[in-house]
Amino acid sequence: MKLTELPLKKIGEVVDIMADPNKKRRLLDLGLTEGTEVIPKRRSPSGDPTAFLIRGTIIALRSEETDLIEVEKK
Amino acid sequence: MGLTAQSSGVNLLRESFNIDGDKNNPVVALAGNPNTGKSTVFNGLTGLKQHTGNWPGKTVTQAKGYYTYLSQEYTVVDLPGTYSLLASSIEEQIARDFICFAQPEVTVVIADATNLERNLNLLLQVTELSERVVLCLNLMDEAERKNIKIDLNGLATDLQVPIVPTIARDEKGLSDLKKVIDKIVNQEVQLDPIKIKYSSKIEEKVEKIVPELNKQFPNLRKNINIRWLALRLLEGDRTIFETLEECYDVNLKNKKVVERRQ
Repeated sequence: MKLTELPLKKIGEVVDIMADPNKKRRLLDLGLTEGTEVIPKRRSPSGDPTAFLIRGTIIALRSEETDLIEVEKK
Repeated sequence: MGLTAQSSGVNLLRESFNIDGDKNNPVVALAGNPNTGKSTVFNGLTGLKQHTGNWPGKTVTQAKGYYTYLSQEYTVVDLPGTYSLLASSIEEQIARDFICFAQPEVTVVIADATNLERNLNLLLQVTELSERVVLCLNLMDEAERKNIKIDLNGLATDLQVPIVPTIARDEKGLSDLKKVIDKIVNQEVQLDPIKIKYSSKIEEKVEKIVPELNKQFPNLRKNINIRWLALRLLEGDRTIFETLEECYDVNLKNKKVVERRQ
């Protein structure tokens, strides 16, 4: 599933990032490499962006970015 | 551009980053992820001797300060907090351009000891650019509280960089940091940090591009790390073109250096 669809507080594992090289590089730099655990922690009132726990740091991502990230629910 | 930095060396280039070249101090750059206590280290090192302004032409705050160690004055520059040096934001571009072109005598990478994995990515990117790198492991007290033990010697051996543990909030470890910086500036230690080796497909391309860059731009070599530049070209990083033009009057766009990808 897309990271966008992962429910709050559930653990997802990154399977793939389907973005152009620059965007992909950016997401990799934020720590989203294959196999990384991601947990959606909070969603803003409008539903976007969402705050994710990634490798010990909370990072907010927009759905245009999380749509590109394929995760497996654990 | 009449008199360019190319003709008058790194001092003028530093001036273009708002660093007073006439002082002739060794320059120490502080790099690190956001929220690692970078500014606390900066304040701890420089005390009240600091100036804040903007990076030239950018609405990003620049903080620089001074400290004296063994009667040598140092200029410290606090770079914007970034996760990466690959220039996808203005902050990253500033951090990258400063390390790449102003060539600080020492770059201190400040890492959150409780979150090493995330922080070491930036360290590896910095060591790709410069050899004179120190890893400052900050927030050691919080790591202890979280029961995280760090094998400092093992880490130093693996990374081949000097490591200084600090608790900047309590000003602990900062004099060790100054000592290590002093040793690097006075070339009492030779540094050769580990370099990332990429897949053979990439390494082969780099091997082709590097001699070509050296041939076409013989002067560039003195100023920037050619292997790093080759990697950026392979990656298709456009921002590097602008900076090369601004800083060295080198126009890569019209030169056929990189072969078209098959």
